[in-house]
Amino acid sequence: MKKYSVFAIAREAMRGHKGWEEQWRSPEPKKEYDVVIVGAGGHGLGTAYYLAKEHGITNVAVVEKGWLGGGNTGRNTTIIRSNYLYDESAGIYDHAVKLWDGLSQDLNYNVMYSPRGVMMLAHNVHDVQVFKRHIHANRLNGVDNEWLTPEQAKEFCPPLNISKNARYPVMGAALQRRGGTARHDAVAWGYARAANARGVDIIQNCEVTAVRRDASGAVTGVETTKGFIGAKKVGVVAAGNTSVIMDMAGVRMPLESYPLQALVSEPVKPVVPCVVMSNTVHAYISQSDKGELVIGAGTDQYISYSQTGGLHILEHTLDAICEMFPMFTRMKMLRSWGGIVDVTPDRSPILAKTPVKGLYVNCGWGTGGFKATPGSANVFAHTIARDEPHPINAPFTLERFRTGRLIDEAAAAAVAH
Amino acid sequence: MLLIRCPYCEEERPELEFRNAGEAHVVRSANMAATSDEDFEKYFFIRSNPKGVIYERWRHIHGCARFFNAVRDTVTDKFVMTYKAGEPKPKKLPGVAK
Repeated sequence: MKKYSVFAIAREAMRGHKGWEEQWRSPEPKKEYDVVIVGAGGHGLGTAYYLAKEHGITNVAVVEKGWLGGGNTGRNTTIIRSNYLYDESAGIYDHAVKLWDGLSQDLNYNVMYSPRGVMMLAHNVHDVQVFKRHIHANRLNGVDNEWLTPEQAKEFCPPLNISKNARYPVMGAALQRRGGTARHDAVAWGYARAANARGVDIIQNCEVTAVRRDASGAVTGVETTKGFIGAKKVGVVAAGNTSVIMDMAGVRMPLESYPLQALVSEPVKPVVPCVVMSNTVHAYISQSDKGELVIGAGTDQYISYSQTGGLHILEHTLDAICEMFPMFTRMKMLRSWGGIVDVTPDRSPILAKTPVKGLYVNCGWGTGGFKATPGSANVFAHTIARDEPHPINAPFTLERFRTGRLIDEAAAAAVAH
Repeated sequence: MLLIRCPYCEEERPELEFRNAGEAHVVRSANMAATSDEDFEKYFFIRSNPKGVIYERWRHIHGCARFFNAVRDTVTDKFVMTYKAGEPKPKKLPGVAK
Protein backbone atom coordinates (compact mmCIF):
# COMPACT_ATOMS: atom_id res chain seq x y z
CA MET A 1 0.00 0.00 0.00
CA LYS A 2 1.35 3.40 -0.99
CA LYS A 3 1.22 5.89 1.85
CA TYR A 4 -0.98 8.95 1.45
CA SER A 5 0.93 12.17 2.09
CA VAL A 6 1.42 15.67 0.77
CA PHE A 7 4.33 14.28 -1.27
CA ALA A 8 2.06 11.66 -2.83
CA ILE A 9 -0.37 14.39 -3.89
CA ALA A 10 2.50 16.43 -5.38
CA ARG A 11 3.93 13.36 -7.16
CA GLU A 12 0.57 12.43 -8.64
CA ALA A 13 -0.15 16.02 -9.64
CA MET A 14 3.08 15.94 -11.68
CA ARG A 15 2.10 12.80 -13.60
CA GLY A 16 -1.58 13.22 -14.23
CA HIS A 17 -2.88 11.25 -11.23
CA LYS A 18 -2.14 7.93 -12.93
CA GLY A 19 -0.32 6.35 -9.98
CA TRP A 20 -3.19 6.13 -7.47
CA GLU A 21 -3.90 2.51 -6.64
CA GLU A 22 -7.10 0.77 -5.57
CA GLN A 23 -7.75 1.28 -1.87
CA TRP A 24 -8.65 -2.37 -1.36
CA ARG A 25 -8.77 -5.55 -3.44
CA SER A 26 -11.99 -7.38 -4.32
CA PRO A 27 -10.80 -10.98 -3.97
CA GLU A 28 -12.74 -14.21 -4.40
CA PRO A 29 -13.15 -15.93 -1.03
CA LYS A 30 -10.55 -18.53 -0.03
CA LYS A 31 -11.74 -21.94 1.21
CA GLU A 32 -10.82 -21.23 4.79
CA TYR A 33 -9.83 -18.35 7.06
CA ASP A 34 -8.77 -18.11 10.69
CA VAL A 35 -11.58 -15.62 11.33
CA VAL A 36 -14.63 -14.58 9.30
CA ILE A 37 -16.32 -11.30 10.20
CA VAL A 38 -19.94 -10.98 9.03
CA GLY A 39 -20.70 -7.36 8.16
CA ALA A 40 -18.40 -4.78 6.56
CA GLY A 41 -19.50 -1.70 8.42
CA GLY A 42 -17.17 0.40 10.56
CA HIS A 43 -17.30 -2.00 13.53
CA GLY A 44 -16.65 -5.10 11.37
CA LEU A 45 -13.88 -3.61 9.24
CA GLY A 46 -12.31 -2.12 12.35
CA THR A 47 -12.41 -5.53 14.04
CA ALA A 48 -10.52 -7.05 11.09
CA TYR A 49 -8.00 -4.21 11.20
CA TYR A 50 -7.27 -4.61 14.92
CA LEU A 51 -7.13 -8.42 14.58
CA ALA A 52 -4.34 -7.93 12.04
CA LYS A 53 -2.60 -5.02 13.71
CA GLU A 54 -2.73 -5.90 17.40
CA HIS A 55 -3.13 -9.68 17.41
CA GLY A 56 -1.20 -10.75 14.29
CA ILE A 57 -4.22 -12.57 12.82
CA THR A 58 -4.16 -11.59 9.15
CA ASN A 59 -5.90 -14.60 7.59
CA VAL A 60 -9.26 -12.84 7.98
CA ALA A 61 -12.24 -12.30 5.68
CA VAL A 62 -14.93 -9.66 6.09
CA VAL A 63 -18.08 -10.75 4.22
CA GLU A 64 -20.77 -8.23 3.38
CA LYS A 65 -24.12 -8.77 1.67
CA GLY A 66 -24.13 -5.30 0.10
CA TRP A 67 -21.28 -2.84 -0.26
CA LEU A 68 -18.94 -1.89 2.55
CA GLY A 69 -20.12 0.96 4.74
CA GLY A 70 -23.56 0.83 3.09
CA GLY A 71 -25.53 0.11 6.25
CA ASN A 72 -25.71 2.20 9.38
CA THR A 73 -22.07 3.31 8.99
CA GLY A 74 -23.17 5.41 6.01
CA ARG A 75 -26.55 6.37 7.45
CA ASN A 76 -25.87 7.88 10.86
CA THR A 77 -25.43 11.50 11.95
CA THR A 78 -21.69 11.01 12.73
CA ILE A 79 -21.86 12.26 16.32
CA ILE A 80 -19.05 11.31 18.71
CA ARG A 81 -19.27 11.67 22.50
CA SER A 82 -18.61 9.62 25.64
CA ASN A 83 -20.62 11.39 28.37
CA TYR A 84 -22.58 8.28 29.40
CA LEU A 85 -23.76 7.80 32.96
CA TYR A 86 -22.57 4.35 34.02
CA ASP A 87 -18.98 3.25 34.59
CA GLU A 88 -19.23 0.42 32.05
CA SER A 89 -20.49 2.76 29.33
CA ALA A 90 -17.98 5.49 30.14
CA GLY A 91 -15.28 2.83 29.83
CA ILE A 92 -16.16 1.68 26.34
CA TYR A 93 -17.27 4.99 24.82
CA ASP A 94 -14.28 6.88 26.21
CA HIS A 95 -11.98 4.13 24.93
CA ALA A 96 -13.46 4.97 21.52
CA VAL A 97 -12.99 8.73 21.90
CA LYS A 98 -9.34 8.16 22.82
CA LEU A 99 -8.90 6.10 19.65
CA TRP A 100 -10.77 8.67 17.51
CA ASP A 101 -8.04 11.10 18.53
CA GLY A 102 -5.19 9.91 16.31
CA LEU A 103 -7.22 7.50 14.14
CA SER A 104 -6.43 9.42 10.93
CA GLN A 105 -2.70 9.05 11.57
CA ASP A 106 -3.07 5.41 12.60
CA LEU A 107 -4.99 4.52 9.42
CA ASN A 108 -3.14 6.98 7.14
CA TYR A 109 -6.63 8.06 6.08
CA ASN A 110 -8.34 11.32 6.94
CA VAL A 111 -11.46 10.40 8.91
CA MET A 112 -12.02 14.12 9.60
CA TYR A 113 -12.51 13.67 13.35
CA SER A 114 -13.56 17.11 14.53
CA PRO A 115 -13.83 17.57 18.32
CA ARG A 116 -16.05 20.62 17.97
CA GLY A 117 -18.02 19.97 21.14
CA VAL A 118 -21.33 18.24 21.86
CA MET A 119 -23.83 20.41 23.72
CA MET A 120 -26.91 18.82 25.29
CA LEU A 121 -29.69 21.27 26.18
CA ALA A 122 -31.68 21.27 29.42
CA HIS A 123 -35.23 22.62 29.15
CA ASN A 124 -36.72 21.92 32.59
CA VAL A 125 -35.72 21.36 36.19
CA HIS A 126 -35.54 17.61 35.70
CA ASP A 127 -33.13 18.02 32.75
CA VAL A 128 -30.94 20.36 34.81
CA GLN A 129 -30.73 17.90 37.70
CA VAL A 130 -30.09 14.89 35.44
CA PHE A 131 -27.39 16.64 33.40
CA LYS A 132 -25.60 17.88 36.52
CA ARG A 133 -25.65 14.33 37.85
CA HIS A 134 -24.21 13.15 34.53
CA ILE A 135 -21.48 15.80 34.65
CA HIS A 136 -20.40 14.69 38.12
CA ALA A 137 -20.52 11.00 37.19
CA ASN A 138 -18.53 11.68 34.01
CA ARG A 139 -15.86 13.64 35.84
CA LEU A 140 -15.43 10.83 38.38
CA ASN A 141 -14.76 8.56 35.38
CA GLY A 142 -12.26 11.01 33.88
CA VAL A 143 -14.66 12.00 31.08
CA ASP A 144 -14.84 15.74 30.38
CA ASN A 145 -18.27 17.35 30.67
CA GLU A 146 -19.17 20.79 31.96
CA TRP A 147 -22.24 22.86 32.79
CA LEU A 148 -23.09 25.98 30.77
CA THR A 149 -25.61 28.70 31.62
CA PRO A 150 -28.04 29.66 28.81
CA GLU A 151 -25.86 32.68 28.02
CA GLN A 152 -22.71 30.53 27.83
CA ALA A 153 -24.59 28.07 25.61
CA LYS A 154 -25.60 30.92 23.30
CA GLU A 155 -22.00 32.12 23.21
CA PHE A 156 -20.81 28.62 22.26
CA CYS A 157 -23.55 28.22 19.63
CA PRO A 158 -24.75 31.67 18.45
CA PRO A 159 -27.84 30.64 16.41
CA LEU A 160 -29.40 28.97 19.47
CA ASN A 161 -32.71 30.44 20.69
CA ILE A 162 -32.45 31.07 24.47
CA SER A 163 -35.51 33.31 24.68
CA LYS A 164 -37.46 32.90 27.92
CA ASN A 165 -40.62 33.01 25.79
CA ALA A 166 -39.77 29.82 23.88
CA ARG A 167 -42.18 26.90 24.37
CA TYR A 168 -39.30 24.96 25.97
CA PRO A 169 -36.81 27.60 27.15
CA VAL A 170 -33.15 26.62 27.46
CA MET A 171 -32.22 26.47 31.16
CA GLY A 172 -28.62 25.43 30.60
CA ALA A 173 -26.54 22.85 28.80
CA ALA A 174 -23.97 20.10 29.33
CA LEU A 175 -20.94 20.43 27.05
CA GLN A 176 -18.42 17.73 26.21
CA ARG A 177 -15.66 19.56 24.36
CA ARG A 178 -13.92 16.37 23.15
CA GLY A 179 -17.17 15.29 21.50
CA GLY A 180 -17.80 16.16 17.87
CA THR A 181 -18.17 14.51 14.49
CA ALA A 182 -16.19 12.47 11.94
CA ARG A 183 -16.67 11.61 8.28
CA HIS A 184 -18.59 8.34 8.47
CA ASP A 185 -17.76 6.95 5.00
CA ALA A 186 -14.07 7.69 5.53
CA VAL A 187 -14.13 5.60 8.70
CA ALA A 188 -15.31 2.53 6.75
CA TRP A 189 -12.97 3.25 3.84
CA GLY A 190 -9.99 3.97 6.09
CA TYR A 191 -10.42 0.76 8.08
CA ALA A 192 -11.00 -1.20 4.85
CA ARG A 193 -7.85 0.14 3.21
CA ALA A 194 -5.70 -0.37 6.29
CA ALA A 195 -7.06 -3.89 6.91
CA ASN A 196 -6.59 -4.79 3.24
CA ALA A 197 -2.97 -3.63 3.43
CA ARG A 198 -2.40 -6.14 6.25
CA GLY A 199 -3.83 -9.00 4.21
CA VAL A 200 -7.51 -8.99 5.16
CA ASP A 201 -9.90 -10.07 2.37
CA ILE A 202 -12.98 -7.86 2.03
CA ILE A 203 -15.67 -9.76 0.14
CA GLN A 204 -18.64 -7.63 -0.88
CA ASN A 205 -21.94 -8.78 -2.41
CA CYS A 206 -21.57 -11.99 -0.44
CA GLU A 207 -24.56 -12.74 1.77
CA VAL A 208 -24.34 -15.26 4.59
CA THR A 209 -27.14 -17.81 4.19
CA ALA A 210 -26.28 -20.27 6.96
CA VAL A 211 -23.87 -20.85 9.82
CA ARG A 212 -22.35 -24.35 9.72
CA ARG A 213 -21.59 -26.16 12.98
CA ASP A 214 -19.99 -29.56 13.69
CA ALA A 215 -21.33 -32.40 15.85
CA SER A 216 -20.00 -30.76 19.03
CA GLY A 217 -21.88 -27.58 18.13
CA ALA A 218 -18.78 -25.53 17.35
CA VAL A 219 -18.73 -23.21 14.36
CA THR A 220 -16.95 -24.54 11.24
CA GLY A 221 -17.79 -21.75 8.82
CA VAL A 222 -20.52 -19.90 6.95
CA GLU A 223 -22.51 -20.73 3.84
CA THR A 224 -22.67 -17.71 1.55
CA THR A 225 -23.96 -16.74 -1.87
CA LYS A 226 -20.34 -17.24 -3.02
CA GLY A 227 -20.08 -20.73 -1.53
CA PHE A 228 -18.93 -22.18 1.78
CA ILE A 229 -16.22 -20.29 3.68
CA GLY A 230 -14.58 -22.24 6.49
CA ALA A 231 -13.54 -20.61 9.76
CA LYS A 232 -13.10 -21.78 13.36
CA LYS A 233 -14.08 -18.32 14.56
CA VAL A 234 -16.95 -16.21 13.24
CA GLY A 235 -17.65 -12.68 14.46
CA VAL A 236 -21.16 -11.37 13.76
CA VAL A 237 -21.24 -7.58 13.41
CA ALA A 238 -24.45 -7.25 11.42
CA ALA A 239 -26.29 -4.41 13.20
CA GLY A 240 -30.02 -4.57 12.36
CA ASN A 241 -29.62 -8.01 10.76
CA THR A 242 -27.92 -9.61 13.77
CA SER A 243 -31.03 -11.53 14.85
CA VAL A 244 -31.27 -13.05 11.36
CA ILE A 245 -27.65 -14.28 11.35
CA MET A 246 -27.76 -15.50 14.96
CA ASP A 247 -30.98 -17.43 14.24
CA MET A 248 -28.95 -19.36 11.62
CA ALA A 249 -26.64 -20.48 14.43
CA GLY A 250 -29.58 -21.33 16.69
CA VAL A 251 -29.07 -18.44 19.11
CA ARG A 252 -32.15 -16.32 19.84
CA MET A 253 -31.27 -12.73 20.69
CA PRO A 254 -32.70 -10.06 23.01
CA LEU A 255 -32.88 -7.63 20.08
CA GLU A 256 -35.49 -5.69 18.17
CA SER A 257 -34.71 -3.90 14.89
CA TYR A 258 -36.25 -0.50 14.26
CA PRO A 259 -35.92 2.08 11.48
CA LEU A 260 -34.06 5.23 12.54
CA GLN A 261 -34.16 8.21 10.21
CA ALA A 262 -31.91 11.16 9.48
CA LEU A 263 -32.02 14.01 7.01
CA VAL A 264 -29.85 16.79 5.60
CA SER A 265 -30.67 20.30 4.47
CA GLU A 266 -29.41 22.22 1.48
CA PRO A 267 -25.80 23.34 2.07
CA VAL A 268 -25.37 26.76 3.66
CA LYS A 269 -22.49 28.83 5.03
CA PRO A 270 -21.06 27.81 8.43
CA VAL A 271 -23.74 28.52 11.05
CA VAL A 272 -23.80 25.68 13.64
CA PRO A 273 -20.28 25.44 15.12
CA CYS A 274 -20.91 22.39 17.31
CA VAL A 275 -23.27 19.46 17.81
CA VAL A 276 -26.50 20.42 19.60
CA MET A 277 -28.77 17.79 21.11
CA SER A 278 -32.00 18.07 22.99
CA ASN A 279 -33.84 15.20 24.58
CA THR A 280 -36.89 17.18 25.67
CA VAL A 281 -37.79 18.63 22.25
CA HIS A 282 -36.20 15.56 20.62
CA ALA A 283 -33.68 16.66 18.02
CA TYR A 284 -29.99 16.69 17.30
CA ILE A 285 -28.16 18.73 14.73
CA SER A 286 -24.70 19.52 13.41
CA GLN A 287 -23.30 20.95 10.21
CA SER A 288 -21.20 18.91 7.79
CA ASP A 289 -18.09 20.29 6.14
CA LYS A 290 -20.11 20.56 2.92
CA GLY A 291 -22.45 22.94 4.75
CA GLU A 292 -25.50 20.69 5.06
CA LEU A 293 -27.30 20.64 8.39
CA VAL A 294 -27.27 17.00 9.51
CA ILE A 295 -30.37 16.23 11.57
CA GLY A 296 -31.25 13.07 13.43
CA ALA A 297 -34.82 11.94 13.96
CA GLY A 298 -36.38 9.25 16.12
CA THR A 299 -37.08 5.58 15.59
CA ASP A 300 -40.38 4.30 14.30
CA GLN A 301 -42.43 2.38 16.84
CA TYR A 302 -42.54 -0.93 14.99
CA ILE A 303 -39.96 -3.58 13.99
CA SER A 304 -38.91 -3.19 10.37
CA TYR A 305 -36.08 -4.05 8.00
CA SER A 306 -37.28 -1.62 5.31
CA GLN A 307 -34.55 1.07 5.75
CA THR A 308 -37.24 3.74 5.54
CA GLY A 309 -39.60 5.28 8.04
CA GLY A 310 -42.69 7.39 8.59
CA LEU A 311 -42.82 11.02 7.46
CA HIS A 312 -44.47 12.09 10.71
CA ILE A 313 -41.27 11.16 12.54
CA LEU A 314 -39.32 13.66 10.43
CA GLU A 315 -42.01 16.33 10.87
CA HIS A 316 -41.77 15.97 14.64
CA THR A 317 -37.99 16.37 14.51
CA LEU A 318 -38.14 19.44 12.28
CA ASP A 319 -40.67 21.00 14.66
CA ALA A 320 -38.06 20.64 17.38
CA ILE A 321 -35.22 22.00 15.22
CA CYS A 322 -37.29 25.10 14.38
CA GLU A 323 -38.03 25.53 18.08
CA MET A 324 -34.30 25.58 18.93
CA PHE A 325 -33.21 27.52 15.83
CA PRO A 326 -36.08 29.73 14.57
CA MET A 327 -33.83 30.96 11.73
CA PHE A 328 -34.00 27.48 10.12
CA THR A 329 -37.77 27.57 9.57
CA ARG A 330 -37.32 28.45 5.89
CA MET A 331 -34.47 26.02 5.21
CA LYS A 332 -35.09 23.38 2.54
CA MET A 333 -34.42 19.73 3.37
CA LEU A 334 -32.62 17.83 0.62
CA ARG A 335 -32.64 14.14 1.52
CA SER A 336 -33.87 11.79 4.21
CA TRP A 337 -33.16 8.11 4.74
CA GLY A 338 -33.46 5.32 7.26
CA GLY A 339 -31.17 2.71 8.78
CA ILE A 340 -32.12 -0.39 10.77
CA VAL A 341 -30.88 -0.24 14.35
CA ASP A 342 -30.75 -3.25 16.66
CA VAL A 343 -31.95 -2.30 20.12
CA THR A 344 -31.38 -4.28 23.33
CA PRO A 345 -33.76 -4.20 26.32
CA ASP A 346 -31.28 -2.16 28.42
CA ARG A 347 -30.11 0.02 25.50
CA SER A 348 -26.49 -1.09 25.96
CA PRO A 349 -24.56 -3.12 23.38
CA ILE A 350 -23.63 -6.80 23.48
CA LEU A 351 -19.93 -7.52 22.75
CA ALA A 352 -19.35 -11.04 23.80
CA LYS A 353 -18.79 -14.72 23.32
CA THR A 354 -21.96 -16.70 22.70
CA PRO A 355 -23.17 -20.13 23.87
CA VAL A 356 -21.88 -21.46 20.52
CA LYS A 357 -18.14 -22.24 20.48
CA GLY A 358 -16.29 -20.04 18.00
CA LEU A 359 -19.20 -17.64 17.52
CA TYR A 360 -18.82 -14.07 18.75
CA VAL A 361 -21.30 -11.21 18.55
CA ASN A 362 -20.98 -7.43 18.50
CA CYS A 363 -24.46 -5.92 18.33
CA GLY A 364 -27.14 -3.96 20.11
CA TRP A 365 -25.58 -0.55 19.52
CA GLY A 366 -29.08 0.70 18.87
CA THR A 367 -29.31 4.33 17.94
CA GLY A 368 -25.75 5.31 18.89
CA GLY A 369 -23.12 2.95 17.50
CA PHE A 370 -21.07 5.19 15.23
CA LYS A 371 -19.35 7.03 18.08
CA ALA A 372 -18.10 3.74 19.48
CA THR A 373 -16.66 2.35 16.23
CA PRO A 374 -12.91 2.31 17.05
CA GLY A 375 -13.40 1.28 20.69
CA SER A 376 -15.91 -1.44 19.85
CA ALA A 377 -13.76 -2.84 17.04
CA ASN A 378 -10.65 -2.74 19.22
CA VAL A 379 -12.06 -4.73 22.16
CA PHE A 380 -14.06 -7.08 19.91
CA ALA A 381 -10.85 -8.03 18.09
CA HIS A 382 -9.34 -8.78 21.51
CA THR A 383 -12.36 -10.92 22.41
CA ILE A 384 -12.06 -12.99 19.22
CA ALA A 385 -8.27 -13.31 19.27
CA ARG A 386 -7.97 -14.33 22.93
CA ASP A 387 -11.34 -16.08 23.20
CA GLU A 388 -12.05 -13.93 26.25
CA PRO A 389 -13.39 -10.39 26.62
CA HIS A 390 -11.22 -7.35 27.16
CA PRO A 391 -11.84 -5.83 30.63
CA ILE A 392 -13.61 -2.93 28.90
CA ASN A 393 -16.25 -5.11 27.21
CA ALA A 394 -16.43 -7.80 29.92
CA PRO A 395 -19.70 -6.36 31.36
CA PHE A 396 -21.41 -6.31 27.94
CA THR A 397 -22.34 -9.98 27.96
CA LEU A 398 -25.27 -11.84 26.45
CA GLU A 399 -25.89 -13.54 29.81
CA ARG A 400 -26.76 -10.29 31.59
CA PHE A 401 -30.38 -10.67 30.47
CA ARG A 402 -30.54 -13.89 32.44
CA THR A 403 -28.55 -12.80 35.49
CA GLY A 404 -30.18 -9.39 35.67
CA ARG A 405 -26.82 -7.56 35.68
CA LEU A 406 -28.12 -4.99 33.17
CA ILE A 407 -26.36 -1.80 32.07
CA ASP A 408 -29.50 0.28 31.96
CA GLU A 409 -28.36 3.26 29.92
CA ALA A 410 -31.78 4.15 28.47
CA ALA A 411 -31.88 7.22 30.67
CA ALA A 412 -28.48 8.33 29.41
CA ALA A 413 -29.35 8.34 25.71
CA ALA A 414 -29.02 11.81 24.27
CA VAL A 415 -32.56 11.61 22.97
CA ALA A 416 -35.16 9.07 24.02
CA HIS A 417 -35.86 6.65 21.20
CA MET B 1 -47.03 6.25 7.78
CA LEU B 2 -48.81 2.93 8.07
CA LEU B 3 -52.53 2.45 7.54
CA ILE B 4 -53.80 -0.02 10.12
CA ARG B 5 -57.14 -1.79 10.22
CA CYS B 6 -58.55 -1.97 13.73
CA PRO B 7 -60.53 -5.22 14.00
CA TYR B 8 -62.85 -3.66 16.60
CA CYS B 9 -63.59 -0.38 14.79
CA GLU B 10 -63.54 -2.30 11.49
CA GLU B 11 -61.84 0.41 9.50
CA GLU B 12 -58.36 1.50 8.38
CA ARG B 13 -56.95 4.39 10.38
CA PRO B 14 -53.57 6.20 10.24
CA GLU B 15 -50.69 4.87 12.38
CA LEU B 16 -50.81 8.01 14.56
CA GLU B 17 -53.91 6.61 16.28
CA PHE B 18 -52.07 3.44 17.29
CA ARG B 19 -49.30 2.38 19.63
CA ASN B 20 -47.19 -0.68 18.83
CA ALA B 21 -47.07 -3.06 21.79
CA GLY B 22 -44.40 -5.56 20.78
CA GLU B 23 -44.41 -9.22 19.87
CA ALA B 24 -47.75 -11.06 20.07
CA HIS B 25 -48.45 -14.49 21.55
CA VAL B 26 -45.74 -14.17 24.23
CA VAL B 27 -47.33 -16.06 27.09
CA ARG B 28 -46.76 -14.89 30.65
CA SER B 29 -46.25 -17.68 33.14
CA ALA B 30 -49.20 -18.28 35.46
CA ASN B 31 -46.73 -18.90 38.27
CA MET B 32 -44.07 -16.22 37.85
CA ALA B 33 -42.45 -16.88 41.22
CA ALA B 34 -41.58 -20.44 40.16
CA THR B 35 -40.24 -19.41 36.75
CA SER B 36 -36.55 -20.19 36.21
CA ASP B 37 -34.09 -17.47 35.17
CA GLU B 38 -33.81 -19.09 31.71
CA ASP B 39 -37.56 -19.08 31.16
CA PHE B 40 -37.92 -15.55 32.49
CA GLU B 41 -35.23 -14.36 30.07
CA LYS B 42 -37.09 -16.01 27.20
CA TYR B 43 -40.38 -14.45 28.26
CA PHE B 44 -39.10 -10.99 29.13
CA PHE B 45 -36.08 -10.25 26.91
CA ILE B 46 -35.71 -12.65 23.99
CA ARG B 47 -37.63 -11.57 20.88
CA SER B 48 -38.21 -13.16 17.46
CA ASN B 49 -37.31 -9.98 15.56
CA PRO B 50 -38.04 -11.68 12.21
CA LYS B 51 -37.07 -10.39 8.79
CA GLY B 52 -40.38 -11.24 7.10
CA VAL B 53 -43.71 -12.15 8.71
CA ILE B 54 -44.15 -10.83 12.24
CA TYR B 55 -46.99 -11.35 14.70
CA GLU B 56 -47.32 -8.23 16.82
CA ARG B 57 -49.65 -6.40 19.18
CA TRP B 58 -51.06 -2.95 18.50
CA ARG B 59 -53.28 -0.74 20.60
CA HIS B 60 -55.80 1.63 19.05
CA ILE B 61 -54.94 4.11 21.76
CA HIS B 62 -56.52 7.21 20.18
CA GLY B 63 -59.58 5.28 19.01
CA CYS B 64 -61.30 2.44 20.82
CA ALA B 65 -58.18 2.02 23.04
CA ARG B 66 -58.28 -1.76 22.66
CA PHE B 67 -55.36 -4.13 22.08
CA PHE B 68 -55.40 -6.36 19.01
CA ASN B 69 -52.95 -8.48 17.01
CA ALA B 70 -51.56 -7.98 13.53
CA VAL B 71 -49.56 -9.94 10.96
CA ARG B 72 -47.15 -7.76 9.01
CA ASP B 73 -44.17 -8.20 6.69
CA THR B 74 -41.19 -6.38 8.23
CA VAL B 75 -39.44 -5.99 4.88
CA THR B 76 -42.31 -4.26 3.05
CA ASP B 77 -44.17 -3.03 6.19
CA LYS B 78 -47.39 -4.28 4.56
CA PHE B 79 -50.08 -5.70 6.84
CA VAL B 80 -51.27 -9.19 5.97
CA MET B 81 -54.19 -9.11 8.43
CA THR B 82 -55.29 -7.96 11.86
CA TYR B 83 -57.34 -9.94 14.36
CA LYS B 84 -58.81 -9.52 17.80
CA ALA B 85 -56.86 -10.13 21.00
CA GLY B 86 -57.38 -13.61 22.36
CA GLU B 87 -57.93 -15.19 18.96
CA PRO B 88 -55.43 -17.95 18.10
CA LYS B 89 -52.39 -17.28 15.91
CA PRO B 90 -53.72 -17.67 12.33
CA LYS B 91 -52.36 -20.81 10.64
CA LYS B 92 -53.09 -19.72 7.08
CA LEU B 93 -52.24 -16.20 6.01
CA PRO B 94 -54.13 -14.61 3.11
CA GLY B 95 -51.82 -13.93 0.17
CA VAL B 96 -48.71 -15.50 1.74
CA ALA B 97 -47.29 -18.54 -0.03
CA LYS B 98 -46.01 -21.28 2.26
